[in-house]
Amino acid sequence: MSEHKPLGRTGMAARVAQDIPGGWYVNLGIGIPTLVADHVPAEREVIFHSENGILGVGPAPAKHRENPWLINASSQRVSLHPGGSFFDHAMSFAIVRGQHLDLCVLGGFQVAENGDLANWAQSAEAGTGQIGGAMDLAVGAKQVWVVMEHTTKGGEPRLLQRCSYPLTAPRCVTRVYTSLAVLDVAERGFVVRDIIAGLSFEELQARTEAKLHR
Amino acid sequence: MIDKFVRSMAEAMAGIKDGATVLVAGFGDVGAPNALIEGLIEQGATDLTLVVNSGGRNRVAGAEPSGLTRLVALGRVKKMISSFIRAQSIAGELVRAGKMEGVVIPQGTLAERMRAAGAGIPAFYTPTGAGTLVAEGKESRWYNGRECILEEALGGDVALVEAWTADRWGNLVFRDASRNFNPVVAMAGALTIVQTHHVCDLGQLPANEIVTPGIFVDRVLHVPAGDPRPVA
Repeated sequence: MSEHKPLGRTGMAARVAQDIPGGWYVNLGIGIPTLVADHVPAEREVIFHSENGILGVGPAPAKHRENPWLINASSQRVSLHPGGSFFDHAMSFAIVRGQHLDLCVLGGFQVAENGDLANWAQSAEAGTGQIGGAMDLAVGAKQVWVVMEHTTKGGEPRLLQRCSYPLTAPRCVTRVYTSLAVLDVAERGFVVRDIIAGLSFEELQARTEAKLHR
Repeated sequence: MIDKFVRSMAEAMAGIKDGATVLVAGFGDVGAPNALIEGLIEQGATDLTLVVNSGGRNRVAGAEPSGLTRLVALGRVKKMISSFIRAQSIAGELVRAGKMEGVVIPQGTLAERMRAAGAGIPAFYTPTGAGTLVAEGKESRWYNGRECILEEALGGDVALVEAWTADRWGNLVFRDASRNFNPVVAMAGALTIVQTHHVCDLGQLPANEIVTPGIFVDRVLHVPAGDPRPVA
């Protein structure tokens, strides 16, 4: 067994940030995706959207400059970049659903090799669940990247032939960033772009239910 | 003279009936009409259908529950339509115990269903939710190679709104990210009730900057509520 160190939450967020080009309009989901903004270099102009009606979300302000009226979709206090704007929820989701966002980065429970995403519930129990904006984002953004641990805490795979949890949207994910690898979702399934140092393709496959392609 | 200002909470809440569908704006505590929810608790209407983005946070020991959570905990809500109903919240516990009906729908669909109600559009097709549990029981059609599902307008007997400044015609502006669901909820209510931090004379709000025109608003109560609370 080779020596390798899986990426932590910050490491995964930084890895995603590397790949976001300047000029893109990007929505960041709750959890690890929210951390991505901190790793985009200030000179690279990326405009962040938040479901609650903001374009131009900036970083968390210093304590004495906090504005209680300015929160992101995770209910964290944020700042507004010069040029930022506020709008209502119907327009915010017109931006999402209308395919105006270049990218959304979402957390996930499971991703299937056909691009199916499950990220809002772990059972089909009716009447409760946390959909939030995820279903709209998954169908609406031009690119849907998912960032998550490669396996569950118990070591169960998350990259599957078919999701077992309720879907957020079918065939929506274009790329997955895990603690171990970066994978594109292509016509033939998961194509490995990048593996962390010290881990072989075969070792990655052993931690993945779906078949991996080079 | 048109004057939509009311002088008391009792006047603001007058006529809300048992069984009413109540639309509530806000995202977390920001833009939430908390004083009006307190007023609704006091007013007593029950068997309500509550339409609100979030069914409330999970229980946290020592944390004071929001007004919305207390309304739910009092058993006054028979059905909640939200984009989040957390299993470990009071609302989630009531749903799982079969004491309240919960309906979880996508946030954009929630906003658009209310917008449609206010805009006179009875239903629309959307790709959001197609191929998921949300699509169960709904008509579907394919447009431009994508499956879309039919979603119906969602209007309210009552809409509860929080504004930053209002005038006597009911024209509204909102502060920063507190706009969120407020303009959409305002247009979807048969009776739209607003709590506002500030009031001004007619003509003081610049016409170019009014977000919600007063035609959508029925009653305005002046409530200098202070800053939204941070999430615990």
